[in-house]
Amino acid sequence: MAAGGRIVRARITEDAIDVDDVLRAVASPSHGAALLFLGVVRDHNEGRAVRGIRYEAYREMAEAELRRIAGETMGAAPALVALVHRVGELAVGDVSLAVAVSTPHRADSYALSRDILEAIKRRLPVWKRELYADGGESWVGGVEPDAAATGRRA
Amino acid sequence: MTTVSAPPATVRLLLFAIYRELAGGRGELEVAIPPGADVAAALAAARARVPAFSRLPERPAVAVNRVYADLDTPLADGDELALLPPVAGG
Repeated sequence: MAAGGRIVRARITEDAIDVDDVLRAVASPSHGAALLFLGVVRDHNEGRAVRGIRYEAYREMAEAELRRIAGETMGAAPALVALVHRVGELAVGDVSLAVAVSTPHRADSYALSRDILEAIKRRLPVWKRELYADGGESWVGGVEPDAAATGRRA
Repeated sequence: MTTVSAPPATVRLLLFAIYRELAGGRGELEVAIPPGADVAAALAAARARVPAFSRLPERPAVAVNRVYADLDTPLADGDELALLPPVAGG
């Protein structure tokens, strides 16, 4: 078996995410642990009722960033990774992000899933506009991509 | 002796989310840059053209050709320069 990880999917999509399909993409007979993280639109933020979120991405860069994030996070351990982020207008309960990983043993899957998610939060070029139940909407304040996360010089 | 003038160079400036709204909703501008210009010079040219860009941060996050870059990253004709607001994926 080859050492090191492999990214089997890195996609920005306007379609509903088929979470079973994302999880199946990382299946391997030599991997005893598979983990699926889902980001889901919730019905409130900072005390305000939310009816949905409109996501926007710099699609071409975001797909490349997903690949870079996976490549930099996986290290030498065997792993399979599938990453899908949805854009467009999502309703409460819709899946916005799926992070599927598999590794031979569980500890590596938990660590890898969390590391990938944290990197996505720090540097994936995606933005969101919250749509409130009372009809208002506003951009959600994000995270300035930092030099350590992106390789930029300070 | 002949002099050769450098050809004009332009970059595609891509704008997203709140930065796009600053530009009146336009997601893409063509910006002329001097030969050998870097990202900072292209940003200065864009600020001169779009008054509302005075509200951009002094050092916005940028990408050149879909990779995070710096203000002193050099630009070439046809490059894709993106201004990236603070990100909020997930």
